[in-house]
Amino acid sequence: MRYHTPATFEAAAALAAEASGVTRFLAGGTDVLVQLRAGMVTPDDLIDLKKIDGVKTMARTKDGGWQIGVAVSGAELGANAALVADWPGVVEGMELVGSTQVQGRATLVGNLCNGSPAADSVPGLVAAGATVTVTGPSGSREVPVGEIPAGPGKTALKKGEVISGVTLPPRGKNGGDAYLRFIPRTEMDIAVVGCAVNLRLDGDKIAEARVVLGAVAPTVIVVPEAAKAIIGTTLDDAALEKLAQAASAACKPIDDKRGTVAFRTDVAGVLARRAAKIAYDRAKGAK
Amino acid sequence: MPKDELKTSFKWIGTRPDRPDGLDKVTGRARYGADFSLPNMLHAAVVRSPHAHARIKKIDASKALALDGVKAVVTRADLPTGLSGEDLNLQDNTLAGDVALYDGHAVAAVAATSALLAKDAAKLIEVEYEVLPHVIDVDDAFRADAPVIRPGLADHSVPKGAPGNVTRYIEFGHGDVAAGFAEADLVREETYKTEATHQGYIEPHACVGQMGADGKGEMWVCTQGQWYVRRMCAAVLGTEASQLRVTPSEIGGGFGGKTTIFMEPLALALSRKAGGRPVKLVMSRSEVLRATGPTASASMDVKIGMKKDGRITAGTVSFRMQGGAFPGMSPIGEALPCAFACYDMPNVHHEAYEVLANRPKAAAYRAPGSPMAAFAVESLVDEMSRELGLDPIDVRLTNGAKEGTKSSYGPKFNQIGLVETLEAAKAHPNYAAPLGPNQGRGVASGFWFNHGGETSVSVAIGEDGTVQVSVGTPDIGGSRASIALMTAETFGIDYDDVRVNVVETGALGVNEPTHGSRATHSNGKAMYEAAGQAIRELCKRAAADWGIDAEAVEWADGAAQPAGPNAGKFPPMSLREIAGKMGSTGGPISGHHEITMGGVGASFGTHVVDVEVDPETGRTTILRYLVVQDAGRAIHPAYVEGQYQGGAAQGIGWALNESYIYGKDGRLQNTVFLDYRIPVASDLPMIDTVIVEVPNPGHPYGVRGVGETGITPPLPAIASAVAAATGVRLRELPMSPPKVLAAIKARG
Ligand SMILES: Cc1cc2nc3c(=O)[nH]c(=O)nc-3n(C[C@H](O)[C@H](O)[C@H](O)COP(=O)(O)OP(=O)(O)OC[C@H]3O[C@@H](n4cnc5c(N)ncnc54)[C@H](O)[C@@H]3O)c2cc1C
Repeated sequence: MRYHTPATFEAAAALAAEASGVTRFLAGGTDVLVQLRAGMVTPDDLIDLKKIDGVKTMARTKDGGWQIGVAVSGAELGANAALVADWPGVVEGMELVGSTQVQGRATLVGNLCNGSPAADSVPGLVAAGATVTVTGPSGSREVPVGEIPAGPGKTALKKGEVISGVTLPPRGKNGGDAYLRFIPRTEMDIAVVGCAVNLRLDGDKIAEARVVLGAVAPTVIVVPEAAKAIIGTTLDDAALEKLAQAASAACKPIDDKRGTVAFRTDVAGVLARRAAKIAYDRAKGAK
Repeated sequence: MPKDELKTSFKWIGTRPDRPDGLDKVTGRARYGADFSLPNMLHAAVVRSPHAHARIKKIDASKALALDGVKAVVTRADLPTGLSGEDLNLQDNTLAGDVALYDGHAVAAVAATSALLAKDAAKLIEVEYEVLPHVIDVDDAFRADAPVIRPGLADHSVPKGAPGNVTRYIEFGHGDVAAGFAEADLVREETYKTEATHQGYIEPHACVGQMGADGKGEMWVCTQGQWYVRRMCAAVLGTEASQLRVTPSEIGGGFGGKTTIFMEPLALALSRKAGGRPVKLVMSRSEVLRATGPTASASMDVKIGMKKDGRITAGTVSFRMQGGAFPGMSPIGEALPCAFACYDMPNVHHEAYEVLANRPKAAAYRAPGSPMAAFAVESLVDEMSRELGLDPIDVRLTNGAKEGTKSSYGPKFNQIGLVETLEAAKAHPNYAAPLGPNQGRGVASGFWFNHGGETSVSVAIGEDGTVQVSVGTPDIGGSRASIALMTAETFGIDYDDVRVNVVETGALGVNEPTHGSRATHSNGKAMYEAAGQAIRELCKRAAADWGIDAEAVEWADGAAQPAGPNAGKFPPMSLREIAGKMGSTGGPISGHHEITMGGVGASFGTHVVDVEVDPETGRTTILRYLVVQDAGRAIHPAYVEGQYQGGAAQGIGWALNESYIYGKDGRLQNTVFLDYRIPVASDLPMIDTVIVEVPNPGHPYGVRGVGETGITPPLPAIASAVAAATGVRLRELPMSPPKVLAAIKARG
């Protein structure tokens, strides 16, 4: 195994482009090192991104959004009060990842690029409309987070492409987001179902909404019908019921050791209802 | 509460000093299995079957052996033939013979100069398999048309016509069950099922073994019983037990799972083949889950007859239990007598079948067999109590076994504390705490025999008057502290002046492992006798000094004293004083005692649990949990409470989420703690405890074992609480959210 510490994303991308065997970028390493130790993936080239300038910073952008470095850990996100105030749903998704120890290392981009359909930070990012900067041999481009996952363990990144930053849009007024996951225990488990809701109010009515599900299909899924069910409503019981039905209807889950098809489908609706209520309250100013 | 006929006022017993092994453990200085290393040591890795059942057609290790640094490979061909009974079972499990019997079954092992190299070499060992039909589920294995996985292993107890995977059958009872059922106002019969669970000890199995061509060897190993390791390894390898010296490490949990061997002979066999270089073998968590011994899975029919007032008129059970692919491993012999042990049963009948399946060789797990039996019987008692509108504690008080009751399995109980635990549970504030919507309360009682067993203990007086105790039982749950307290009490010296050492096989006679809740109980008795011997010698030395008869000296408050005015007037002679000159008054002073400990005190407990079930997701939260259990005497109450809480925590895991999950291919799917879901700390409330003390008349300090009973009531207590919260009764474990939600939806 060759271990690299490039100084720029361009150099990282070049290393990856030239590598011929199994290649992994190393952010927090909480997936890469676990897979290495378990004998699942033994990289030939391990490209550590943490020596690149700026990967540990997060800052508000001029337009009021956020620019987050690829090595910023979950714990650091959680400690940033302004970010939490803007995007509580995004941060709570990331903070659900692992334990205190894992939180000190694990990153948003690692969570995204590990490619798990159950990744906890991804639904929140997609619901928020976050983008990532993809740097490759032919330069850099902005890509919506939802376009990165390509199936279990797979991403849409091409050989030689690396993510060099995460951008969250400006929160704006009267908005709220939330993420909930279902696990049988209280900690240290993988989402059986995850659901993020991001919405904006006009008075008491929902003007915009995005509902995103995790762990119920090969990739994270956006459910426009679920958003439609609550847009224009005050999130009354009838709207919540329609939301739940739409969320359940969108599920294409599998039966496995973590949950059944029927269970995942049911619980997706339940979580959508519960997450929407929290997002709604947050949009109303609830802390 | 204590119903004491024994001594009740103590200086040390019943206090809560720090455990002597505490500082080492919290500072990381304690040496666990994987912490041992020796110069020139090799590392081993094991090749395991990826199939649930497969004929091994060929093993080719040539590529592995060709690697620089690979020193030895062993297969079954390196082990002796001609073994029988449990020795053959152990050998068959150490390395598969012609057939691999479960996913994870060891097929070969390799030793190399580094752990990484050993792993790479293991991958290069080529095994050719012919996959055979497999069977996993206990009910499937019991079917007449199931593939018969090991024909010819049924023993003489198996009735003619029993399905082909049945290897053992037990039946017993008393009274007239037909008449008993006829007398009942309500008769119910139900079937219950539990999945296999693993003990989930934090420390994976680890050892360093060294053996020369002369068959002399040494082993450092994480185990509950060093003499068992010695005997079992010697049997598997065909060497002599006394030529193998086994030193136990500190132990990060065992719960019964480390009372046997799994990979230890491999380290020795590899060492022998590698010119006697020591070999280290450490299991990964996946290896622990795939290839060490979980408990049995069970399918159980229960029938109970009850009068309107809750009096039980008759009961029958018929159990099927699977303990892996090896005969004699299922705990049917323990499950049956535990089934109705809490009740005074006028008419009772038990039967059980042991069934083989393509699963790992089961090992003991905390009160083996009793939790499953309790799940079946206590769940049905609860169902019937509710149907008759009776309080579940009252029903148990109406029928509860007490001193003089003929037990459901035959012998008469002496002094026992079941009724006292029920009364304490009923009086506890948890039993009256108000419940909200979707919340429910469950109650169950449980039983374990407790065990005495072979015990050998030495005490030796130091020159400075301190006392060293050598015991043969690894300290899993604070036994060093408890033995030190009893020693301090017996000699009348300070707790800090006692050191209890867990010693290797060369230092004492044979000891059974720390199992059967026996360590504090049996060592306490043996220490007491050994100390008595030392004390008699101490009195003799004082008598000689004073020039009076030894009989005229008694031991009190840590000193020899003249016994009464006729003995003469001498100031007390302290242990320190006598010890200081023992070299010139006759030599070292020590005591030794060996016993196959009888006088066990049966142990009962009653649990009360409150749960809340999310009606939309089926997820169960434990709100409150109360353990009430008879300790006989709590030598160190904090560690007694710890045992109660630990048993409850493991029971909660078993009830709610833990289980072995197999794919259609017979492979175990949840081989890491991510998916083998033991409870995490935040899943549990602080578990409340009440220690009941009904002293065991068979023990000098009234001790009963406390380690096991605590896992027996949780399964039914939680099932009954879930039933109360949801209106649906789950008769199959685990009560995972998908199952609970499906049951709630089916109820409508
Ligand atoms: C104990 C434990 C508990 C966990 N619990 C959870 C949980 O609850 N929920 C959950 O979703 N996950 C969980 N995880 C998984 C893991 O922690 C998360 O996926 C984490 O966010 C990964 O981030 P990382 O920085 O450690 O990624 P790494 O391990 O460094 O990388 C992960 C993957 O992303 C790729 N990658 C990293 N950075 C980039 C980049 N800039 N560009 C392109 N590719 C990149 C790597 O090549 C690799 O394939 C857990 C892990 C552990 C060990």
